[in-house]
Amino acid sequence: MPELTASFSRDDVVYVAQLARLDLERGEVDLYAAQLASILDHVAAVTSLDTTDVPATAHPLELANVLRPDTPGPTLDRAEVLAQAPLVEGGRFRVPPILGEAP
Amino acid sequence: MTVDASGGARWEIVVGLEVHCELSTATKLFCSCPNAFGAEPNTNVCPVCLGLPGSLPVLNARAVEYAVRIGTALGSRVVPSVFHRKNYFYPDMPKDYQISQYDEPINVGGRVELADGSLIGIVRAHLEEDTGKTTHVGGGGRIHDADYSLVDYNRAGVPLVEIVSAPDIRSAEQARSYVNELRAILVATGASDGRMEEGSLRIDANVSVRPAGAGEYGTRCEVKNLNSLRSLGRAIDYEAARQIGIIEAGGAVVQETRHWNEDEGRTSPLRSKEEAFDYRYFTEPDLVPLAPPAEEVAAVAAGLGPMPAARRRRLGDLVAADGLPAPADQLATVVGLGLDDLVLAAVDDGADPRLALTRAANEAANRPSEARALDPVAFAELVKLEAAGRLSATQSKTVLAAMLEDGGEPQQIAARLGFEALGEAELGASIDAVLAAHPDEWARYRAGDAKVAQFLLGAVMRATRGRANGKAVAAALETRRT
Amino acid sequence: MSASAEARPAGAVETAAAVRSGARRARDVVAAALARIATYEGEIHCFNTVTGDAALVAANRIDAAVAAGHDPGPLAGVPIALKDNLCTRGVPTTAGSRILEGWLPPYDATVVGAVEAAGAVVVGKTNLDEFAMGSSTENSAFGPTHNPWDLNRVPGGSSGGSAAAVAAGFVPLALGSDTGGSVRQPASLCGVVGVKPTYGLVSRYGLIAFASSLDQVGPFAASVADAAALLDVVAGHDPADSTSLDVAPEPVASHLDDGVAGLRVGVISDFLVDASPSCVAAVREAAEVLAAAGAVVEEVAIPALMLGLSAYYLVAPAEASSNLARYDGVRYGLRVDGADVSRMNGRSRSAGFGPEVKRRIMLGTYVLSAGYYDAYYGQAQRVRTLVAHGFADAYERFDVLIGPTSPTVAFEIGAKTQDPLAMYLSDLYTIPTNLAGHPAMSVPFSLSAGLPVGVQVLAPALGEGPMFRAAAVIEHGADPGARGPIEPRSAGAAR
Repeated sequence: MPELTASFSRDDVVYVAQLARLDLERGEVDLYAAQLASILDHVAAVTSLDTTDVPATAHPLELANVLRPDTPGPTLDRAEVLAQAPLVEGGRFRVPPILGEAP
Repeated sequence: MTVDASGGARWEIVVGLEVHCELSTATKLFCSCPNAFGAEPNTNVCPVCLGLPGSLPVLNARAVEYAVRIGTALGSRVVPSVFHRKNYFYPDMPKDYQISQYDEPINVGGRVELADGSLIGIVRAHLEEDTGKTTHVGGGGRIHDADYSLVDYNRAGVPLVEIVSAPDIRSAEQARSYVNELRAILVATGASDGRMEEGSLRIDANVSVRPAGAGEYGTRCEVKNLNSLRSLGRAIDYEAARQIGIIEAGGAVVQETRHWNEDEGRTSPLRSKEEAFDYRYFTEPDLVPLAPPAEEVAAVAAGLGPMPAARRRRLGDLVAADGLPAPADQLATVVGLGLDDLVLAAVDDGADPRLALTRAANEAANRPSEARALDPVAFAELVKLEAAGRLSATQSKTVLAAMLEDGGEPQQIAARLGFEALGEAELGASIDAVLAAHPDEWARYRAGDAKVAQFLLGAVMRATRGRANGKAVAAALETRRT
Repeated sequence: MSASAEARPAGAVETAAAVRSGARRARDVVAAALARIATYEGEIHCFNTVTGDAALVAANRIDAAVAAGHDPGPLAGVPIALKDNLCTRGVPTTAGSRILEGWLPPYDATVVGAVEAAGAVVVGKTNLDEFAMGSSTENSAFGPTHNPWDLNRVPGGSSGGSAAAVAAGFVPLALGSDTGGSVRQPASLCGVVGVKPTYGLVSRYGLIAFASSLDQVGPFAASVADAAALLDVVAGHDPADSTSLDVAPEPVASHLDDGVAGLRVGVISDFLVDASPSCVAAVREAAEVLAAAGAVVEEVAIPALMLGLSAYYLVAPAEASSNLARYDGVRYGLRVDGADVSRMNGRSRSAGFGPEVKRRIMLGTYVLSAGYYDAYYGQAQRVRTLVAHGFADAYERFDVLIGPTSPTVAFEIGAKTQDPLAMYLSDLYTIPTNLAGHPAMSVPFSLSAGLPVGVQVLAPALGEGPMFRAAAVIEHGADPGARGPIEPRSAGAAR
């Protein structure tokens, strides 16, 4: 895996664009690199703050154990769902060939 | 277990298994769509398991209970946990992230005791959602040559518990034994039906090798696409040999994920064109932490029946009360098929434990479903008849087969089949005839040759067409000798 | 019916009362709203979809219910507009993006069901910055919304369409969503009331997610009382949302006019440093209004709040990068074909997402990446705690806080689009509230060169009661000319 730099280089843009499945034109890469580097510089002020002994807030709430009963409920009408699909075949969603197995 | 490679070097195979187990809940992990096998594609779906914009997950209480059962059965610590998102793109993933548990799983630690007494450590067992199913069209149905693929999300969101073992497994056989034991445990908890063939149990194997006695682990490869116990064993042996071959040739094993090809009998590297997956785990913001209250965990533990290892021990102790050990393979068979309750009930009713175990393991095990439905009192009656010498071993097996086929009472079946015990007089006459026909053997037996007793016994059994009771014949021979 | 000046609607509470009593027909109310929309919508572009036919059908049902003596609901007959990131079954829901253009959700968001059950009549889906990312509604794939106070200016964002719809008198009520200020800031720029409720008070089920731990659905209205009425309808526990608070909230509307005698009010001094003079002046005047009504008002410094912007622009894009992964061309939305599925994903997403969304996805992906998680995302979550602590300390001494909503009044369309950072600064005073999960609201107060200036009231979690009481008092002391609804004005007309 390429080493990410701390200032959003061109290579970083190429890497994250690939991870995020965003096709970028060559010219766009440089533009985004400049913009993202500038944003990162601005917000990176936080990285130098001393947060020792400060717990993270994953959530503003203090909830825990939110559960639901194991009771079947309504499902969607398949026709309504598939009507919104770009391409279907035999009741399934059709996609171009998948290269590589799932992790 | 070490393998003799060429040149006489000795190697140790090190295997860790990741087993994904589908839970038998009524609904999916995060929505109330039915958790059912075999429905028409994309009919058990809703906004949540389809990952539609705006949808949100809500955790299934029973899935949590089952996860606690599994953790308890494995001897894990059930601890507070959180959910994480594992981010990657794949068409069978409706959200292009999987909700799973990363570094704070619900069950930590544990171990599995195999039938032979060896212990395999458990690292963790956590909850996660299953993906949809893809079918590949064209190119023989395999992913690499397909023209396109079709996705069904009925399975997306089904609850899974992933059980990660420590790298304590040392052979293909032990791996199979581990999976069998784990499956028996999962079925015993009621949390899963454990059927590999139906996909409710899926296995990935991490395989590495090292010189026997070495302290450090070798580089491991993950092997996927193991659809049966046979594949598991073959793949481990293949992969270990492959790695040993590389090292002995002076190379280094590359850490990679490999696919087991059952037809070709080999593993090959997965053709994933992209980067090594950077999953970017972060705490799932749409869910809140899970902390099963101690009383509830205790209640689950108390409600669990004994696990297979305990059941083997319980039955084994009963049988070994006569001073001899209980045959381990018979215990494994009987417990593995869920027939130990039958044996225990028969013993309760007065049947001899060792004989009951033997009949259950050797005969009843041939028809496990019918055996599980056997009336224990009838089974006990049969064992008692045989133990008393009223039925020979052969006759007893025949009656049992009839009971498994059509039910019924052993006495009546024996009568119907004409299996009456040989009267003393008739037995005596048969023995006399046999001894008369084999004077040399009889002489040797009278002189103290114990081995020829077997021959004489066999001859009597043949002459009486199996109706004689072996012990009675031996006793009668002994009486005549003296 | 005159085409040039369709009557501005009466407020929501008033309208509902009239419809419930039979004094007005819902059908007439809705027809008038639709006529006004037809007249002015071309200049403003509040809506991506106007659901005129369905609205009239719904209105007829309300009238039938009234005639039959059934309870038509507390918002009977009130026209309402919904931000186009709220799922409405069978009605296009775009999230302001090409990637969802034409998508028809097969289900309704919980809040949509709630407002319809209350008798409100949905007249359309309002424009927004794409996936709620923006502060001006200029990031919409379908063109910007124009500020009714000056059509050359932005209405704010991301809920610009909803804010403008209330400001222009199209509807008395609207729903938006607020992740970093996206209800409050456009409310301030459009001279209407906008509320971000306590996190978890209003269901997110059916709200197209931007940043899950920050998003909340919030009401827009022309008055504090109307906003309270709408909040009371949408607030409450939803079992379909695991982050929904399991509370039966006390209705806010019932204690609105209890006044502020003895209420301890803190003026956030840190927020007054970089805000424009008119925005600062509005806060100081509002403080005096509160003091005159019996509140105890003091300045308070909460320096931790100024860390909020940076933390937000790490946390929000990170969550967004994950939330937006599902738009992959497989199951719904735009698909641009490719030789294999990954290429199809890449082409579809590139064609479907605008530049701001792409920027935030890339930024978010980066901060979650292996090796960077702890320094950026992990750190930002810790800074979040510092912000929460800052508020907590302040709320030991104060019941509510006030400050500017926005650093400026509405700026011209195009003025900030070249510099993402400049745009981000619009949310400086609203972001900390989202990080802490607290409620806050904007109340129109004054005009600056004819453009509205709002004042922000902040409260601790579940502090909607005192927050609304303070807002009501501020509203009483505000310039009545500073709030909508108004007739839409071209550039310069306001001055």
